[in-house]
Amino acid sequence: MSSADWPLWEVFVRSRRGLSHTHAGSLHAPDAEMALRNARDLYTRRSEGVSIWVVPSAQISASSPDEKDAFFEPAADKPYRHPTFYDIPEGCSTCEDRDARLRRGPVPGR
Amino acid sequence: MTTIAPDEEALAAVFEAAVAADERIEPRDWMPEGYRSSLVRQIAQHAHSEIIGMQPEANWITRAPSLRRKAILMAKVQDEAGHGLYLYSAAETLGVSREELLDKLHSGRQKYSSIFNYPTLTWADVGAIGWLVDGAAITNQVPLCRCSYGPYARAMVRVCKEESFHQRQGYELLLALSQGTPAQHAMAQDAVDRWWWPSLMMFGPPDDESAHSAQSMAWKIKRHSNDELRQRFVDICVPQAEALGLTLPDPDLAWDPEREHWNFGPIDWDEFRDVLKGNGPCNGQRITQRRTAHENGAWVREAAAAYAAKHGEDKR
Repeated sequence: MSSADWPLWEVFVRSRRGLSHTHAGSLHAPDAEMALRNARDLYTRRSEGVSIWVVPSAQISASSPDEKDAFFEPAADKPYRHPTFYDIPEGCSTCEDRDARLRRGPVPGR
Repeated sequence: MTTIAPDEEALAAVFEAAVAADERIEPRDWMPEGYRSSLVRQIAQHAHSEIIGMQPEANWITRAPSLRRKAILMAKVQDEAGHGLYLYSAAETLGVSREELLDKLHSGRQKYSSIFNYPTLTWADVGAIGWLVDGAAITNQVPLCRCSYGPYARAMVRVCKEESFHQRQGYELLLALSQGTPAQHAMAQDAVDRWWWPSLMMFGPPDDESAHSAQSMAWKIKRHSNDELRQRFVDICVPQAEALGLTLPDPDLAWDPEREHWNFGPIDWDEFRDVLKGNGPCNGQRITQRRTAHENGAWVREAAAAYAAKHGEDKR
């Protein structure tokens, strides 16, 4: 068995409590434990993280750029999914404040 | 899901539009074969440079003059291993394996930066490498953070952050020597004298002789020409050398008020080509050491793989 058989792992690091894990990069390692140790040395040398996930790259399925339109287009024609789609009378204090609505900007597709 | 593949021309148009709009190309996007192979060549050779580049500095780890300097140097060499790994990962997104790239390095079919074929003769060389070699690397790499290929650009962002630590430690080291005893000052000056010209060669051949430049710039892999970056580097270094109290070994160095740049003397391109051809002072030594480490480490890699396979079976 040669090192060519060492699988590729994707590394996700969470930098602080309360944040989500972010993809940091990838590395080769014979098993999950070595992948974790190497990821610790490689991606958190300068206290970049408090939690690491490693996943064999072969386990990840990615969406295809060719299908991008068919896959993501429906988001654009459903503006009613955004709260800003709905007009609420001004001064309605039970609703979100108006400034916050304005800050979010215009509703796509309107 | 079956889709009818649009023809190559349409794909090329999408690619060109993305590059023109300064969008990043990602691993699963269609790309011209020349773009892919150019990137594989450039990223792999960049990765190899990080790995081979550990040798000249590691040469001084056991002989570093203080514990502080020794710890710094070890951290730096560790960073370089990390940079190699980030870069091999980026290259692998283009459909090559690290194994095959290492094989090309070991058999001399892929190159690494010419600079690492020069020897580190004194402790001051560690400082000169930090200041000049890493400084030249940063000048080259900062624009690569905006490279059109996403994984390469992202790797460069990480690398650049860490390189600035390297450059500062080198500068600080040289400053300590320059302000030290006359013998220390002379050692610092000697190191700068020997590393200055090879550092300028790191930017590659002049623009009119650079085979890949025009295409790489059109694809936005490169953002600036070799000569442009070299000039930028000289302009940065001249005042830094002055602050160090050291001179640069170039009698033609002069401020040009019209261009608002420093003029500098001719580079010995014969030496550059000779080093690239394998005739530099350390070419043989560097590659032999790398190959030996790889061959002698084979049984350890096999043991790790065998353990992983057995461990995996136990779990099942």
